[in-house]
Amino acid sequence: MTAGPGTVPVPPSVAAPRGGGRHGSLWWLVVPALVFFVTFGVVPLLGVLGLSFANWNGIGAITPGGLGAWRQVLGDPGLLHSLWVTFEIMAISWAVQTPASILLGTFLAGPQRYRGFLAVLYVLPLLLSSAALAVTWKALLDPNFGLGAGLKIPLLSQNWLGEGGLAVGVVIFIVSWQFVPFHALIYQGGVRQIPRSLYEAAEIDGAGRIRQFFSLTLPQLKYTIITSSTLMVVGSLTFFDLIFVLTAGGPGDATRVLAVEMYQTGFLGNQMGPASAIAVIIVLSGLVIAQLLRRLGGRDASASQLEGM
Amino acid sequence: MDPQTQHRQTATRRAVLGLAAGLPLIGGLAACGSSGPGASSSSGGGGGSGTGASFWSLSGQPQEDIRKQSVEQYNAANPNEKVTLTLFQNDAYKQKVKTALGAGQAPTILWGWGGGGLKSWVDAGQVDDLTDFFSQNAALKDRIFPSSFGAATVDGKVYALPCETVTPIVLYWNKKVFDKVGAQPPQSWGDILDLVPKFNAAGIAPFSLGGQSRWTNMMWLEFLFDRIGGPEVFQAVFDGEKDAWSNPAAIQALTEMQKLIKANGFVKGFASITADSNADQALLYTGKAAMMVHGAWTYGGMKNDGGDFVSSGGLGYMNFPGVDGGKGDPSDSVGNPAQYLSISSKASADEKKAAMDFLAKSQFTDEMLKAWIGSGNIPVVQGSDSLIGGDDADWLKFQYDIASNAKTFAQSWDQALPPTQAEVLLDNIAKLFQLSISPEQFASNLNAVIGT
Repeated sequence: MTAGPGTVPVPPSVAAPRGGGRHGSLWWLVVPALVFFVTFGVVPLLGVLGLSFANWNGIGAITPGGLGAWRQVLGDPGLLHSLWVTFEIMAISWAVQTPASILLGTFLAGPQRYRGFLAVLYVLPLLLSSAALAVTWKALLDPNFGLGAGLKIPLLSQNWLGEGGLAVGVVIFIVSWQFVPFHALIYQGGVRQIPRSLYEAAEIDGAGRIRQFFSLTLPQLKYTIITSSTLMVVGSLTFFDLIFVLTAGGPGDATRVLAVEMYQTGFLGNQMGPASAIAVIIVLSGLVIAQLLRRLGGRDASASQLEGM
Repeated sequence: MDPQTQHRQTATRRAVLGLAAGLPLIGGLAACGSSGPGASSSSGGGGGSGTGASFWSLSGQPQEDIRKQSVEQYNAANPNEKVTLTLFQNDAYKQKVKTALGAGQAPTILWGWGGGGLKSWVDAGQVDDLTDFFSQNAALKDRIFPSSFGAATVDGKVYALPCETVTPIVLYWNKKVFDKVGAQPPQSWGDILDLVPKFNAAGIAPFSLGGQSRWTNMMWLEFLFDRIGGPEVFQAVFDGEKDAWSNPAAIQALTEMQKLIKANGFVKGFASITADSNADQALLYTGKAAMMVHGAWTYGGMKNDGGDFVSSGGLGYMNFPGVDGGKGDPSDSVGNPAQYLSISSKASADEKKAAMDFLAKSQFTDEMLKAWIGSGNIPVVQGSDSLIGGDDADWLKFQYDIASNAKTFAQSWDQALPPTQAEVLLDNIAKLFQLSISPEQFASNLNAVIGT
């Protein structure tokens, strides 16, 4: 109860506005974050939405364009292709990263000293900027002066960034290489949250390590998996830096994801209207996918996995 | 090196900037408007009162010092109408100018590449028509290579002063490799096709190509279009004629291009090689490739990085040879006909007056011409060959002859076309070189964006 002056019980009719006042004070706590979010999140988003119905080349006057930009974007086979490439890279890199991160995270969750040491090594790629990584990998993958030529291993001297399929593979590999450590850290935290007693019980029941992993660790990581997957999937929607530096969407348009398509349309092609329409599509896809993943986790997100503990 | 080089060699830096420029787009283009004031604060004397003009140009040596020199000399002679120079790194400049123009915060004098970019400024009403300026300064106009005015002209009016240097694209060849294989430099397109199996048999790539950069591939098409069909073929595209890409000469050029690719005319994995890492030049001077079609700006790079390759006379160069039966004149060239200075139409009358005076007096003094030649470039001024001397005299003379003899000196396509078309063009060129589209598909994809 509220600590009012005096000990006279407060009648409910008086308590209500007070309660309201308390709610008010809580509401104010949100203001800084809200202002920030509205200024830098919502307002620009509305601006983009507005621009997607306008004609603007970036330097001239902005004129209303009706549905022209949307018609152009939706009628462009390039958009479907970019969507396909985006989801292809999203799906495959998720499928590669998730198992790898879970295994690595579980491994790193162990108390052994050497694992702590390895954990430090694993996060190294995370410390580097994507642009720097892309420049480095590009040099390593150069067919004439790169790793393959330097070590005289012809197998490594492929046309890595020059053939569509290979280039997509290279992008997925580098993305995974860069982000697996991050997700492994998340899983490491998740695994460490699982109570020891569950494992002790499983051992008494005669479960081996593999059985323990599949029947205990994995189910207990359910929400961690959803969190990490959301980050991966939504993150790959806006994936731009690495791909732009590494392949610039090439060869041809083989690795042109939505974000690169948007950049090229807007900043190289000077068509801010269609670029904004693509931006809106990216935002919508991100929202839909994040929502779907939440649903996947079950509506009772607050339900405990530790019932009876 | 040429300004264009910086433009091109910094694709990596451009990509880094892309992080800054591209990602916020997701958050909002509205942010573009808010960066205007930032632009104005860095423009120094841009909005300042009193006489004088602000001038934005590119940083990067050796051009940076020469540009500074032009301003310093002018200011020393005209203490009452000082020009304030602000230098930007190449790719930052492109974004900065775009933002500043959009926000009405542009400097008085704008440096640019001419062509499609200039046209987009003109269409937005951002730069002044300089036709009167040139009729008042007829002597100045007559000194400049006539071929450099094409990219400064929009709808028959001149909107920029051609200045700085002319940089043709040429065919380089490695003399040592040619000696080893016992081959002669090609005199025609047929010779080129005949040389391909010879070098391949010797385990040497016939041509080096940084194909990932896309505009590198484009240089080939620029020459083939010109040599087969003459300059009219691309001019029709530039003028926005319907179905201009379907010209039989264009289809023939595209077909010949794919013929060379199919015959393994280019180094294996060329689509993985970028020009900004200079790996394509390295292939030539290390003897892994026999020839290369590239801009004159790569000469300095090969001289610096190639050991004694250039100084020992290992580097041969020629204009791109003709195609048998082709309509084009083999003396024609393509490349960067000049760099360009324009005057903002939003500037005050005083600022414009100072800017015109600067344009008229500062760019073609003897000191400036000597400085450009000293940096290994040919100024866009007739008779500047009389100043040529030193180690690279032959090379400079060669460049000057190309520039002064070319009946048509075409601007690079991606600079000549408006940005929207240029993007589609580069995209389809990459696909053409991957052999994933046919010449006919290439033509129809590009016909679809003509005039946009």
